[in-house]
Amino acid sequence: MVRTDSFSLVLSLLGAIILLFIIAPLAGLLLDTPLAKIFETTQDEQVVNSIWLTLSASFGGTLFCAVFAIPLAYVLARNEFTGKRFVLGIIDLPIVIPHSAAGIAVLGFISRDSVFGQMASNIGLDFVGHPFGISMAMAFVSIPFLINAARDGFSSIPIRLEQAAKNLGANSVRVFFTISLPLAWRYILSGFIMMFARGLSEFGAVVIVAYHPMITPVLIYERYTSFGLKYARPVAILFILVCLVFFIALRFLVQNKSRQNQKKYLIKK
Amino acid sequence: MLELRNISLLFPEFSLKDVNLSIHEGEYYVILGLSGAGKSLLLECIAGMQQPNTGQVFLDGEDITRKKIQDRNVGYVFQNHAVFPHLNVFNNIAYSLRHKFPKEIIRQKVIKAAELVSIDHLLDRQPNTLSGGESQRVALARTLIRDPKCLLLDEPFSSLDVQLRDDLRALLRKLNRMGRTIIHVTHDYEEAISLAQKIAVFQDGKLIQQGDPFEVFANPVSEFVARFRGIRNFFKSKMISHNQTIIKNVIPLDIPIQEKISEGFIMFNSTDVKISKEKPTGKISNLFKGQITDIIPNFKGNEISIASEINLTSFIDHPELKILQLKIGDEVWASINPERIKFLPII
Repeated sequence: MVRTDSFSLVLSLLGAIILLFIIAPLAGLLLDTPLAKIFETTQDEQVVNSIWLTLSASFGGTLFCAVFAIPLAYVLARNEFTGKRFVLGIIDLPIVIPHSAAGIAVLGFISRDSVFGQMASNIGLDFVGHPFGISMAMAFVSIPFLINAARDGFSSIPIRLEQAAKNLGANSVRVFFTISLPLAWRYILSGFIMMFARGLSEFGAVVIVAYHPMITPVLIYERYTSFGLKYARPVAILFILVCLVFFIALRFLVQNKSRQNQKKYLIKK
Repeated sequence: MLELRNISLLFPEFSLKDVNLSIHEGEYYVILGLSGAGKSLLLECIAGMQQPNTGQVFLDGEDITRKKIQDRNVGYVFQNHAVFPHLNVFNNIAYSLRHKFPKEIIRQKVIKAAELVSIDHLLDRQPNTLSGGESQRVALARTLIRDPKCLLLDEPFSSLDVQLRDDLRALLRKLNRMGRTIIHVTHDYEEAISLAQKIAVFQDGKLIQQGDPFEVFANPVSEFVARFRGIRNFFKSKMISHNQTIIKNVIPLDIPIQEKISEGFIMFNSTDVKISKEKPTGKISNLFKGQITDIIPNFKGNEISIASEINLTSFIDHPELKILQLKIGDEVWASINPERIKFLPII
């Protein structure tokens, strides 16, 4: 029998309280809602549309930002320059500022009064109240997750590997796409998932930029304030389930690849 | 073929100072020095991973000092091999050929390179399943397939056990015989002497001696070089007559008769330092009284350090140590036969 010392027991008990704190509200939410009600919600066109909008706005924003965030992460991982710490501070800024304030900042940037808003308006695009505006608000608050994860990924690659590739005649572009990017992809994908997830759950910034069309967090809030807890609950449960399915699937994809590699190693050994 | 002119590379804690080297085509050139002497930095200057502060690197008469790494065509096998962990052995070896040759040609070239270094049975393996020796051969094949003008090897024996060292030594000799110019960096004297056609000894970022390995070690210019050969008794000295020299300006020592009176170094083997507990009788040259400060046994015998007017090292076998019953702290007499002392004048 394994002996457990009393200190470990105290630590486990304290940890269990935190776990309970996370599980209890979610379990309460699930248990208080009849299954039929959840099924009925899946037929609610407004709910389904809002879930699709939330998923596509967050995914689209994440994908678009990745095109710029990954090169920035590489530059930050591989170069030392004056003001680098300042740049790193700027990248973390969206995490620490209140999200309603972030929403106000994004709104100020994309409204028709701003230069950017006017330019977009000239080509017939109005970000305020548009899915693109929602994507921007979501991306603004969640981009640090992708940049920081990708930067950690690139930093973890020994510079010797990139030098070895150059020594074999590869130019910088080829080294980036054949060595750096493939070796950092797990970090990048992990950051991508985190950014996507953080975008999905955003409420404060999005509600200021676009109340309509409604993303699911806004719809939950609206159902709660207009009809009460009973009506908000099934929407919340459905959204949580959809998010869970996505994250589990994406995590599985990431881990499956690494397990395959590990398995190969064990067999060959 | 490869020439380094006045190369200096300055770092806050370390510098390469004014290095001049000339390596000819087909030569096996070994750069020998302790860890941190700047040997690897010199290779990096040749390969383009470091830009020297001053000086130039010439390859086949062309100044390549400012050329990009990828445009130099010198092959570098890193100490840790730097095999790409996400590519299998085949793709590691084929890396430099991709998009340059048709697939079938690449396959043939990869197999040929793999056969040359005896890893053709490993082509499907992932790098994390390879041993140190196998991984090194992958790095070697990957470099050789590009047919570089010269091959730079950074401590290639460091991660190999004895058996694999012999195999690699044979392989490197074979590559050199095939006409490949090799520049090999090491801290191991025996490794250097077993392969080098030319040798350069590095100390604290400076090239202190270079040339034919036999010449270099037969005539070391400093205690540092002498110690590489295992010579523990090496002293700076000044001749005061044709057969006598003084160490530290006061300690006289008899040596074989020399033509010229000059300054230089004297050296003698540890086995030529004879020790006894009692003072030898009769006329004995070069006799010193001292105290044993250390006895280091190895499989051949015992290295005995003696603190005297000059610090001497003697070597005696195990039975002799038993007979003499020596231990640390004992007072002993040490003598050196003048005929066994070599005087190296400073040229």
